[in-house]
Amino acid sequence: MRWRYVFLFIYILFLMLPIYWLLNMSFKTTNEILGGFSAFPREFTLASYRTIFTDPTWYNTYINSITYVLINTVISVMVALPAAYAFSRYNFIGDKHLFFWLLSNRMAPPAVFVLPFVNLYSAVGLFDTPWAVALAHTLFNVPLAVWILEGFMSGVPKELDETAYVDGYSFPSFFVKIFIPTIAAGIGVAAFFCFMFSWVEMLLAKNLTSVAAKPIVAAMTKTASTSGYELGLLAAAGVLTLIPGAFVIYFVRNYIAKGFALGRV
Amino acid sequence: MKKTFDNKAWFLVLPVFLMVLFNSLIPLMTVVNYSVQETFGNNEFFWSGTRWFEQVLHDRQFHESLMRQIIFTGLVLLIQIPLGLAIALCMPRKGPWVSVCLVLIALPLLVPWNVVGSMWNIMALPDIGLLGKAINGLGISFNYTRQPLAAWFTVVLMDVWHWTSLVVLLCYAGLVSIPDAYYQAAQVDGASRWSVFRYIQLPKLKHVLTIAILLRFMDSFMIYTEVIVLTGGGPGSTTKFLSIDLVQKALGGFDLGPAAAFSIVYFLIILFLSWLFYTLMMRGEAK
Repeated sequence: MRWRYVFLFIYILFLMLPIYWLLNMSFKTTNEILGGFSAFPREFTLASYRTIFTDPTWYNTYINSITYVLINTVISVMVALPAAYAFSRYNFIGDKHLFFWLLSNRMAPPAVFVLPFVNLYSAVGLFDTPWAVALAHTLFNVPLAVWILEGFMSGVPKELDETAYVDGYSFPSFFVKIFIPTIAAGIGVAAFFCFMFSWVEMLLAKNLTSVAAKPIVAAMTKTASTSGYELGLLAAAGVLTLIPGAFVIYFVRNYIAKGFALGRV
Repeated sequence: MKKTFDNKAWFLVLPVFLMVLFNSLIPLMTVVNYSVQETFGNNEFFWSGTRWFEQVLHDRQFHESLMRQIIFTGLVLLIQIPLGLAIALCMPRKGPWVSVCLVLIALPLLVPWNVVGSMWNIMALPDIGLLGKAINGLGISFNYTRQPLAAWFTVVLMDVWHWTSLVVLLCYAGLVSIPDAYYQAAQVDGASRWSVFRYIQLPKLKHVLTIAILLRFMDSFMIYTEVIVLTGGGPGSTTKFLSIDLVQKALGGFDLGPAAAFSIVYFLIILFLSWLFYTLMMRGEAK
């Protein structure tokens, strides 16, 4: 039995090493990074973090990213809730086709959508706002949210609905007061996935914004390509992008395995 | 669960329907529009038929990036699916360590894709990165900015780091859902560890494995950000995959017609291969 845990340990070590290396570099001065190889920072410094937290061109990009990710998560889950309910409780004309059409959007490469999205969101006047990115990301997040929520809702027996209607609840009040609390875990998992996929995406986020709504992922590529030498700053910015993800994952840690299991293709 | 037939359910689906329609149909129409027309600016368009499609399908660059893409996706699937399955089998099923393992394993999935690229960019630097230094220390010359083989090794290793966790989580979810009674029955029969895997776990995992392979196929076929940050498609164009090629054509070259035709061919390849794979898996299930 012991070799299993050794294998698992090696794998987790492999996952942690690049993260450790990033953390290690973020506490070094740029001179020390370029000066040579060392597994620990010799001159421990928080200078890179200080730059990010005091320079508005840096910290504003964090605020921009968090803004569109939150807008996206809220919109995706809100519109997906009634749709998932419909898919889990009713048959209607074209339901299966609609479901597969939704999922097929998950197969569209973002690279295909970059150019038309820039045209579309410029035309409706949303270019360079968090709304453009938030709405563009619903392309893959709404189908995903519907998929996950439908799985959770199908696990709730239909008797719950029927009893509530007998008790005199209308559909909206049943949905908000009884049904939503019942599937709270499912909503948490769906929100987690929407948050995650919106947070990690770069191609659309970068090309749908220019200055006012620039996301952190775009700010970082600039550091990487133009100067190429501010590795400490780049590493610190990278470490800071890990925090929201780690924070969110902590809340859904007990449901995450369940959330993955529910997919029905 | 028995579902009621009621077309009023369409009202509940309407918001999602309109939203996805806005986001997918209008852009797709634009792409199709560009792919069959020629423009010289000023919003003037001329019908050009299938010319762009012929150009793309005969383009050597397109063939090369398609080949690279297929090799990359093949490698990624061959490594990640067995590795992910093996790790999931090693995970503890109960106890306080489950949460710790799940959180640590899920962490790479939450790293922004460009940060994944920069992380491995730094890790693999031959003079100051842990990986580059270690490989050079073994006496193997390793420099991913110059050697195509080293670049491929780094890109594949990065993808294994980034996405194997998804396979692990899916397989783990599938394993946890197998009822204990199955294992007890196997124990009574005196089944070996291998036959438990072969005749109980693997069949039960078929569904999640299908999802895992489909997701990994689609996502690795669309890979862009991580590679552009790590190698920029280089050295030369040895790691230039389809998305990188497309973005260079669409945003850099202003060749809207060929880029649009490229997009459509690209999307159709993914749709066709996903459909093919899904049908094959499901036909096996029907037997």
